[in-house]
Amino acid sequence: MTSTNLHLLIVLLPLMAAIIAGFFGSLIGKKGAHQVTISAVGVSFLLSAYLLIKSFAGTFQAENYNLYTWALSGSLSMEIGFLIDRLSLLMMVVVTFVSLMVHIYTIGYMQEDSGYQRFFSFISLFTFSMLMLVMSNNFLQLFFGWEAVGLVSYLLIGFWFKRESAVVANLKAFLVNRVGDFGFLLGIAGLVMLTNTLDYYEVFNKAEFIATQDIQIIDGVSWNAMTVICILLFIGAMGKSAQAPLHVWLPDSMEGPTPISALIHAATMVTAGIFMVARMSPLFELSEVALAFIVVIGAVTAFFMGILGIVQNDIKRVVAYSTLSQLGYMTVALGVSAYGAAIFHLMTHAFFKALLFLAAGSVIIAMHHEQDIRKMGGLKKYMPITYITSLIGTLALIGFPGSAGFFSKDALIEAVKHSHWIGQGMVYWVAYTSVLLGVFVTALYSFRMFFLVFHGKERMDKETKEHLHETPTVVTAPLVLLAIPSVVIGWLTIEPILFGGFFKDAIQVLPEHNVLLNMAKDFHGSWNFLIHSFSASLAFYLALLGFLLAWFLYIQRPELPHKIKNKFKGLFKLLEQKYYFDKLWMNVFPGTGKSIGQFLWKQGDEKLIDGALVNGTAKTVRSLAFLVRNIQTGYLYHYAFVMIVGLVTVLTWFLWAF
Amino acid sequence: MAINSILSLMIWLPIIGGIALLCIGDNDNKRQEYIRFIALAVTAVTLLLGVNLYFDFDQTLSTMQFIERISWIQSLGIEYSLGIDGLSAPLILLTAFITPIVVISSWRSITLRPSQYFAAFLILEGLMIGVFSALDAILFYVFWEAMLVPMFLIIGIWGGERRIYATIKFFLYTFLGSVLMLVSFIYLQNVTGVFDLLYFMDTPLTMLEQKLIFIAFLLAFAVKVPMWPVHTWLPDAHVEAPTGGSVILAAIMLKMGGYGFIRLSMPITPDASNYFSFMMIALSLIAVTYIGFVALMQKDMKKLIAYSSIAHMGFVTLGFFIVWSFAYTAEGALGVTGGMVQMISHGLISGAMFLCVGVLYDRVHSREIGDYGGVANTMPIFAAFMVFFSMSNAGLPGTSGFVGEFMVILASFKANIWYAFLAATTLILGAAYTLWMVKRVLYGEVANNNVAELTDLGKREFLVLSILAISILIVGVWPAPIVDMMSASIDNLLLQISNTKIPEIG
Repeated sequence: MTSTNLHLLIVLLPLMAAIIAGFFGSLIGKKGAHQVTISAVGVSFLLSAYLLIKSFAGTFQAENYNLYTWALSGSLSMEIGFLIDRLSLLMMVVVTFVSLMVHIYTIGYMQEDSGYQRFFSFISLFTFSMLMLVMSNNFLQLFFGWEAVGLVSYLLIGFWFKRESAVVANLKAFLVNRVGDFGFLLGIAGLVMLTNTLDYYEVFNKAEFIATQDIQIIDGVSWNAMTVICILLFIGAMGKSAQAPLHVWLPDSMEGPTPISALIHAATMVTAGIFMVARMSPLFELSEVALAFIVVIGAVTAFFMGILGIVQNDIKRVVAYSTLSQLGYMTVALGVSAYGAAIFHLMTHAFFKALLFLAAGSVIIAMHHEQDIRKMGGLKKYMPITYITSLIGTLALIGFPGSAGFFSKDALIEAVKHSHWIGQGMVYWVAYTSVLLGVFVTALYSFRMFFLVFHGKERMDKETKEHLHETPTVVTAPLVLLAIPSVVIGWLTIEPILFGGFFKDAIQVLPEHNVLLNMAKDFHGSWNFLIHSFSASLAFYLALLGFLLAWFLYIQRPELPHKIKNKFKGLFKLLEQKYYFDKLWMNVFPGTGKSIGQFLWKQGDEKLIDGALVNGTAKTVRSLAFLVRNIQTGYLYHYAFVMIVGLVTVLTWFLWAF
Repeated sequence: MAINSILSLMIWLPIIGGIALLCIGDNDNKRQEYIRFIALAVTAVTLLLGVNLYFDFDQTLSTMQFIERISWIQSLGIEYSLGIDGLSAPLILLTAFITPIVVISSWRSITLRPSQYFAAFLILEGLMIGVFSALDAILFYVFWEAMLVPMFLIIGIWGGERRIYATIKFFLYTFLGSVLMLVSFIYLQNVTGVFDLLYFMDTPLTMLEQKLIFIAFLLAFAVKVPMWPVHTWLPDAHVEAPTGGSVILAAIMLKMGGYGFIRLSMPITPDASNYFSFMMIALSLIAVTYIGFVALMQKDMKKLIAYSSIAHMGFVTLGFFIVWSFAYTAEGALGVTGGMVQMISHGLISGAMFLCVGVLYDRVHSREIGDYGGVANTMPIFAAFMVFFSMSNAGLPGTSGFVGEFMVILASFKANIWYAFLAATTLILGAAYTLWMVKRVLYGEVANNNVAELTDLGKREFLVLSILAISILIVGVWPAPIVDMMSASIDNLLLQISNTKIPEIG
């Protein structure tokens, strides 16, 4: 089989499965639907894994080719095609693996749901869209995948469309993402203006040229083209990867069923922005202003969103805020030119965060769809597998030495610490303190949730308690399968991925920015990296501190948190209101939009144009006509006549006035 | 297979078919059944002729094809002359494609004088194809004006409660604009001695002449598009029109305006077009933003879609008139192509959206968004279609709605970053008004008894919506066939308008 066919198969199998499950769902039944979709995604995963493994044998060459011409206009050729290098291969494997796990898990989670086939169809469609996004070799297809995953996300957040909260959340998610896409599309338009192509490689080849150009903003004010374009592109990433202030949709997206929270809103779709920036590294490298912007946005998101995780009581929302914070970490890594570290953390995060979400889902099943952690507690003895796997996920999240999250996060923090190009100025300190303090916050909210759910007093009502038991194998098996990489993947892959030139030309870094290369000189194997962290890194001790504080507050002195809360009411209010960003997005923007619409409609269209111009003309005609009634009669004629006269007058004025 | 006089055939077959329907009448049930099948057969044959036309069409040619020329009124130099190029052919195909869809969708929903109803649509189809293929100014004008009559009747007879107000407004607005167009044609005949549109394009004109003619044309075309601020007839006309009327109005009649600009205004008065291009761009951008906000607040689904049409048509005029923002007009190819594709795409999507409203209206007899809620519970298949069409309306990539807007936004960035900035707000506004409507109509708990008693799509409705959905997908995934059809003619147009037509003095 040629590699083109292989790539096509990887992409199209999930699409076909989605079509079958979607259109013939009632024909093939529930069982048929999950069999079709799982086998399709399964094969996609195996093929992707095969290609990734093969890429290590011999000399690997990136494949870049076009499939067909989408449209050809003037001198601009718009193509659809694939770029398969190690960056896309890694993403393909992560996407298809997590997707496969979620597919299997869904059998258990959605068992009773009447929309079973529809759900499988959607998640397969999502897999297709995400693969199109990561395998693209051009901006057109990237934008297609980008919006297609947004569409599926919209459909899945609103999966239970009877719930008002769900359909508010999905509209909000789509619109906030569109704000990001607005910037993204303008960024693409800027690239096309300067390079007249949509092809990645052709654009990258002209990167130096773009960096020398200016874009005129207003008369006399010009900005560097690369800076403008990179910031516009990054606004797209801010929408998709939920960076402040476009983060507001992600916590609400938890209205969707838990499997998709794991797949779309934790492991894959939300990392599309991170992937995109890494993919565009040849461009971003040439604008230090844009990179600094990215660092600050990422740092703010990493720290402040993490803090919100501490006051949330919905099990899924805690994990959601943790996702926001971790995405912030990846963004910071992008900003300091440690693209490899961002992608590495993206990968480990995909495993352990999917695990945490699916484990949360397992708890939710056991608790009969109760999501409030204040009503849980002591689940450890009822759900041993969920407990152990959750522990593994939590440890990976806080960066416990040896876990997958440890290697990626520690490397990331090191990269920030050693990045020279941002200097020792404000940006550096904002970034470095944010990622360090973020470690403490992460450990605190993670173990707060962990203790409240699995340890301490059993706070659920009697009936729920009687029915508590471990979830079925289709649910626990994916947990175990995700727990394995959450433990070992960092240890095994840090060397090749971060320091072994794994990405080759897929990621390009200027020598003076290349912090990972400097770190590679001091890297002497995973074991040394592990030992080193105890002595040279603050992160481990901060995590430990967070863990101890959580233990003290929620196991040792469970009455304390309440007292603290009463003492700092103002602060808690601010946190519970999520810094009032939601108010801004839900009240101010839509409200303003509606008022503008109402004003333009009532005052502009109805009063001014229809009232004064159209009907007013008619009225004037009528009164005039009344005067000259003896000469002519007939309403219609007059109406027309005076309108013509009026318009001719206006236009004559136009003609000479301009 | 080459068919002689295929354009005449496509014009007169539906018109004669329509007259035949009028003769048959609908006095008994049997005849009513016949006329439906005859109407379907006639439109189907016209569509097949269109398919034939597509395969015979030579995409490499930039000149007119399928030319027919017969002297009509010799003393005045008026000819019956037809011909098409890459600018008109796609619109003719769109007309031939949409009309049978309208016939099928009106199959049972029209009980009042069905023979006249179907006759009106058949005659309208012929006249619209006539507009797109006429090469003689008077012929063009005759088709252009005649087209108003059936539409006037469709709204006036089969329309809603305020149909009389709407028809008068519709008629006056559109008639008013075209009168000055006729004056311009007569003036041009005085200059050239003929009514040949192609000849007009090559005739030198002074700046003043061009400006006056441009403005006369502008009135005719801006009303049709419709451009802000002469757009207020459209929401009223749509609200009162029966579903089929709305579909034709939105899908094809609005395209007359865009077609007029690209066929007449730009090549006949290029210097004036250049002169007024900033005004045209500004009006287009107002349409995209201002109307986008207005659409947000509509409570009537048809009004909402009507306003959304105005906003989407703004991309057509924007794409056309940014040509003059470039150093070389040839650089404007992307924008013009985008505008053309947007016309085709909007034809499919707005048609589908109005059909969706029609499906609900047939059942509940209300167009108010507030009368619905939770429709997805009782009509899941319909809901799937409506979400798909709404997403296309919001310009989702992979649907036809994306193609034109994408091209125009790319082109306008090149012209001026702020044009692109304002145009791209459609990404947010378009999604906001469309999906907010979807949320209120389709999602949530079943809102009332009417919604609870809804039945899902019938076979005919399913067929019609499927055809449109598939076409929207095909154009979105692979627009190349349509774009290739146009590109030679667009390049030719851009070459044509790159030269000034102002005669040198002395």
